[in-house]
Amino acid sequence: MAREDYEAVIGLEVHAELSTKTKIFCNCSTKFGGAPNTQVCPVCMGMPGALPVLNEKVVEYAVKAGLATNCTISKDSKNDRKNYFYPDTPRAYQISQFDKPLCEHGFIEIDTNNGKKKIRILRIHIEDDAGKLNHDDFSGDSLVDLNRAGVPLIEIVSEPDIASAEEADSYLKKLKSILEYIEVSDCKMEEGSYRADVNVSVHKKGEPLGTRTECKNMSSFRSIVREIEYEIERQIDLLESGEKVKQQTLRWDDVSGKTFAMRSKEEAQDYRYFPEPDLVAIKLSDEYIQNVKENLPELPESRKERYFNEYNMTEKEVGIITASKYLSDLFEAASEICGNRKAVSNWIISDISRILNEKEMEPSQIPFTAEHLAHMVQIIDKGIISSSIGKKVLEEMFENPREPEEIVKEKGWAQISDEGEIKKIVCEILEANPQSVADFKAGKDRALGFLVGQAMKATKGKANPQMLNKMFIEEMNK
Amino acid sequence: MNTTELTVHELVEKLENNELTIKDITKAYVDRIAEKEPEVEAFATTLTSEAVEQAKSIQTKIDNGEITNKLAGIPIGIKDNICTKGIKTTCSSKMLENFVSPYDATVMEKINEENLINLGKLNMDEFAMGSSTENSAFKTTKNPWDLSKVPGGSSGGSAAAVAANMVPWALGSDTGGSIRQPASLCGVVGLKPTYGLVSRYGLVAFASSLDQIGPITKDVTDSAMLLNIIAGHDEKDTTSANISKKDYVKALMGNVKGLKIGVPKEFFGEGINEEVKKSILETVEKYKELGAEVEEFSLDIAKYSLAAYYIIACAEASSNLGRFDGIRYTYRSPNAKTLEEIFKKSRSEGFGAEVKRRIILGTYVLSAGYYDAYYKKAQKVRTMVMDEFNKGFEKYDLIITPTSPVTAFGIGEKSNNPLEMYLADICTVSINVAGLPAISIPCGVDSKGLPIGMQIIGKKFNEETILNAAYSIEKEIKFREKYKPEFIRES
Repeated sequence: MAREDYEAVIGLEVHAELSTKTKIFCNCSTKFGGAPNTQVCPVCMGMPGALPVLNEKVVEYAVKAGLATNCTISKDSKNDRKNYFYPDTPRAYQISQFDKPLCEHGFIEIDTNNGKKKIRILRIHIEDDAGKLNHDDFSGDSLVDLNRAGVPLIEIVSEPDIASAEEADSYLKKLKSILEYIEVSDCKMEEGSYRADVNVSVHKKGEPLGTRTECKNMSSFRSIVREIEYEIERQIDLLESGEKVKQQTLRWDDVSGKTFAMRSKEEAQDYRYFPEPDLVAIKLSDEYIQNVKENLPELPESRKERYFNEYNMTEKEVGIITASKYLSDLFEAASEICGNRKAVSNWIISDISRILNEKEMEPSQIPFTAEHLAHMVQIIDKGIISSSIGKKVLEEMFENPREPEEIVKEKGWAQISDEGEIKKIVCEILEANPQSVADFKAGKDRALGFLVGQAMKATKGKANPQMLNKMFIEEMNK
Repeated sequence: MNTTELTVHELVEKLENNELTIKDITKAYVDRIAEKEPEVEAFATTLTSEAVEQAKSIQTKIDNGEITNKLAGIPIGIKDNICTKGIKTTCSSKMLENFVSPYDATVMEKINEENLINLGKLNMDEFAMGSSTENSAFKTTKNPWDLSKVPGGSSGGSAAAVAANMVPWALGSDTGGSIRQPASLCGVVGLKPTYGLVSRYGLVAFASSLDQIGPITKDVTDSAMLLNIIAGHDEKDTTSANISKKDYVKALMGNVKGLKIGVPKEFFGEGINEEVKKSILETVEKYKELGAEVEEFSLDIAKYSLAAYYIIACAEASSNLGRFDGIRYTYRSPNAKTLEEIFKKSRSEGFGAEVKRRIILGTYVLSAGYYDAYYKKAQKVRTMVMDEFNKGFEKYDLIITPTSPVTAFGIGEKSNNPLEMYLADICTVSINVAGLPAISIPCGVDSKGLPIGMQIIGKKFNEETILNAAYSIEKEIKFREKYKPEFIRES
């Protein structure tokens, strides 16, 4: 049987850390990167007798996420305990939601090669994150850091509507962008604040769904795409050779590009869910839900439309800029300051995107501010530097963010616009390239480009190109 | 009368009249503990030298006018499952043998605000699981009325310490009768408040939906006074009720005329000792004489309650006790080599038999495939029990039953028969299951001279009515005047 006869079904459980200032059940800070066990209290450390109090902001953020993904918001919800033993789980249970999640039955639209596709969302629920185990290679000890314990999470569970790695990628990116737009999560994948459990199964067209495998806690788009592609191939190979796919939890290895089965013991978990008796039920009024809805920030779709209609931007430009709320905000803020929207847009879609790609950075990791970018555009517009020097300034702003004027001054990159100096350079270049002068005079315009290029080279790009152009023509026509 | 025989309100009076000083009171108790603790073994930790220091400093502050409240300097004992900052909180378990809480329970903050002096942490059944205090990992507390008998449990240390005059009053906790049953067996007053009246923040959880902290005292007035201190909404406990503060001492009117009392016949049937039955019914007759209306009625819930109780309590306990895993502040097995062994061996060696029995039971009833048959069904029974009580309270202001089916039993008598031990709670668990308030007051003694306790159950958040009814009958019974433990008469 051919591979085209198979269909893949992919289900994604996305965990996104909510960007509330305090934890889900206590007042400890959620800030990332603190010294171990400095953002803890009896509640998040699971000390005997300590009790959780649900952070109202967590409910609000989850409701926002639900509304932004077209979910129905439950007016009668509750917390449940998920029991398991692990050193990073200080109470030996996670406080999650079992049979009454806050949000249900939503969807988002993604772009695919065949146009738009609706991916349904089964549910969104709130829960607390676990702590972290740090393995000390030197002593061989495992040390528990509970700073992350109690950081609020939402888990977003998709229906099995995703059929390929590309669609999964598109879904994850779209979801991330929505969460960023409504400002409920930073989605910093490098900090693990946006991660996914990936379920994959294959079946022959027209036949019932196959057995699925699961890969937990994946936090790179690239790995997820590779894992899905690998799993689909692996499962089809198994079925083709008459074997069965085992339902199991897998581990993705980025180096070998393969999945490996985890110990079967870890799969046979019985979490013994039951209603959390330390917390009262979550009751939401229609007014509350309506109020959150009315105060929902602009979503990517409507921002796209605004850019099309008001700014006359191309589909490609709009697509790249609005895909990330961070880029889009940078675009708006920098345009506002410098007044040159077209230039800001060009910098973002060309050089900034390229550098992010090269450095494998998220837009939110851009180290410079909108002011920096705007000022860079301004000094190009004023002729203080050329565009090509601008590229170097931008690179420098990524390395060591500061005012572009300062960079230009420090590096001596200011454009040469002094007529005397330009004239001197032009004369030198003309003298050294008699053939080009002859070509120009014979009507070959390309020669002018060459000469300007030589002058730029000689000045390391600092000469004002417009002035060069003008002066070359003047000199050669003398 | 010896200082340690006085109630707290009597002590306060003597302080006000300058007949006693705070230092006198503290010294009297410190001496009493030194004399009687070796026999009774009610304490897990004594804080006598700290108490003497504290009494001095409080006296100075009173002299300087820094402290003006009338209870300042009154001693108290605290059950060892209530977290006390800087002082061990062991829950009478090997698991927490060296656990020092980094924070105070909300009730301790309130006790400290009143400048009460903590004389020590009191022994209990391990993690409050038991009815005899024999499940303590450290010692077996004796009943001051007969040192060969148990004090009841799980707050046996608290009840015995009050009965033996080693503390004037104490805090206990009650999940299925753990304040009322030991109070009954030790001839003192024990109040389990309505679920949600007292903050549970800092009470080491046994069963979160059933646990309540409450006072164990020499008389009803003291009970109302201590409830005044500990009751009230706490933002740190979302299950604590947001209701306005009341003065429970003011509720002690001493008049029960027109009060409607229901006496459920099922609580006087098989398994209830005849002498207990007789004593309670005689006391009920006294209520009639005082002008209350008494009626027998049917409340057939006891056996369902006990079953539902053990399912819910064990289920919650199996989860609540998961955190004692050998990783952080608990006992860790010296024999553990791998992570799995740390969990398994630490828990196997750190917990006692009864705790393990309940964790296993609770784990079982929550398991996939059994949840509906046990836990879910138990929650339905719980609703049914509440409904039955509500029906009763449509007709009556109060319901009266025995607290314990029997008086104090012998040490070792039931400790090998868990089922028989569970029946010690038959009269008290349904009150926790329904979340109601109930008080146990001593109403007489049996032919062996052991105290009998009567339980008065009220409507939710209606502690005033049960305290007033208890206060009214206490004046008639005059238990403290008539009866004293052999133990105390000797001294």
